[in-house]
Amino acid sequence: MKSPAFEYMRAESVLDAMAAYAGMDGDAVYLAGGHSVMPAMALRLQAPSLMIDLANIEALTGVSLQDGWLRIGAMTRHVQAMTNPLIATHAPLFAAAAPFVAHPAIRNRGTLGGSLAHADPASEFPAAAVAMRAELEIASQTGTRRVPADAFFRDIYETAIEPGEILQAIYVPNPVAGQMIGFDEIARRRGDYAMVGVAVQVVSVENTMTDVSIALFSVGNKPTRAVGAQAALIGRALDGASISAAQAALGDDLDPSDDPQFPASMRVHLARVLLGRVLANLKAVA
Amino acid sequence: MKTDINFTVNGEAVREAIEPRTSLADVLRDNLSLTGTHLGCEMGACGACLVLLDGAPVHACLVLAVQVAGQKIETIEGLNNSGLVADLQEQFHDRNALQCGFCTSGMLMSAHALLSQNSMPSRPEIRDALSGNYCRCTGYEAIVDAISATAERRSKIVEGVQ
Repeated sequence: MKSPAFEYMRAESVLDAMAAYAGMDGDAVYLAGGHSVMPAMALRLQAPSLMIDLANIEALTGVSLQDGWLRIGAMTRHVQAMTNPLIATHAPLFAAAAPFVAHPAIRNRGTLGGSLAHADPASEFPAAAVAMRAELEIASQTGTRRVPADAFFRDIYETAIEPGEILQAIYVPNPVAGQMIGFDEIARRRGDYAMVGVAVQVVSVENTMTDVSIALFSVGNKPTRAVGAQAALIGRALDGASISAAQAALGDDLDPSDDPQFPASMRVHLARVLLGRVLANLKAVA
Repeated sequence: MKTDINFTVNGEAVREAIEPRTSLADVLRDNLSLTGTHLGCEMGACGACLVLLDGAPVHACLVLAVQVAGQKIETIEGLNNSGLVADLQEQFHDRNALQCGFCTSGMLMSAHALLSQNSMPSRPEIRDALSGNYCRCTGYEAIVDAISATAERRSKIVEGVQ
């Protein structure tokens, strides 16, 4: 189906875009990569009167190191997460997640900021952001604020972004010595949404895990931090016993609902299998 | 309200008056009669509408024509006329890597992009590159064969030159 009619404007700045949005009383939508909003409009799930294209806004682009953080402009495309050397080194979970996101042509257009702002509970980048303890910079008409990823994702398709606000950049803390990451998912077909997926970041110093950050996706309404599994690993060596303890603890971390495809217990089982696999294959980062 | 948009299609400058809701695929097909770009699902799932936008394959059904102002588009007609995919087309033909042919333009776009980046892809890499292209005649095996054979032939030509 074709989209209903709308007006289009290409904003030149974040303030310009927000002013246009405010002028429409909520009847506008921001256009980033367009790979979620365009299908939604074709299906008539959304029918805004104005589409505000963010493609020309320089403040939303670029990847750079800033005071211990990697700043990734929200309009950075998925393909850049796969090819940008700064992202590979300083935000390695985005680089590890990117090959799992849809298909090559979609990765050429889809944006990191668009994926995070859309907050599909089955998508990869939100869980990677949580596991890396990223902070999301949101612009409003009165200024900007940074929200930790744990607080950013609120519910299915719901984030800390208020109507009219714009996700401007993603900040990822620089890796520390001994940091390792792992990412994997189980999907029925390459590029499909995962049945379950996991993003892991661990710091191991002298064979002892001093920091553990684990986020799962497709197991609830938003990326889910595995608090119990993290606690089961911290202060221990990464070995078969600690991995088994983390897998056991995962049952209390997750509360997926039954769905028409399979029961909740199967999802928890798959999550345990996947977590064990990822922990056993952690990769060191620079 | 229609807006005048300038962009380049297959090397030619184009100026079209376009409504914002019109997709790039519709402009290529309806305004420019470039009907080699096919429309299947119109929501980014099937890959029949792939075109090159500034060199990278994208879904022409998910891009608004007004978004591509000032940019370069290459359609299957452009790739065909340039001869850049002649050997791929020949292998598709020889190996029956198409039945109805509806998906073929998109398959060639994906194959061309893959071989431009990776001159000797493995079969799993070829399958990964085609994961966003549906062939409902279930012809994938022959398509993978055709792409793999093209890569091998190109590598032999390069070796011969050296």
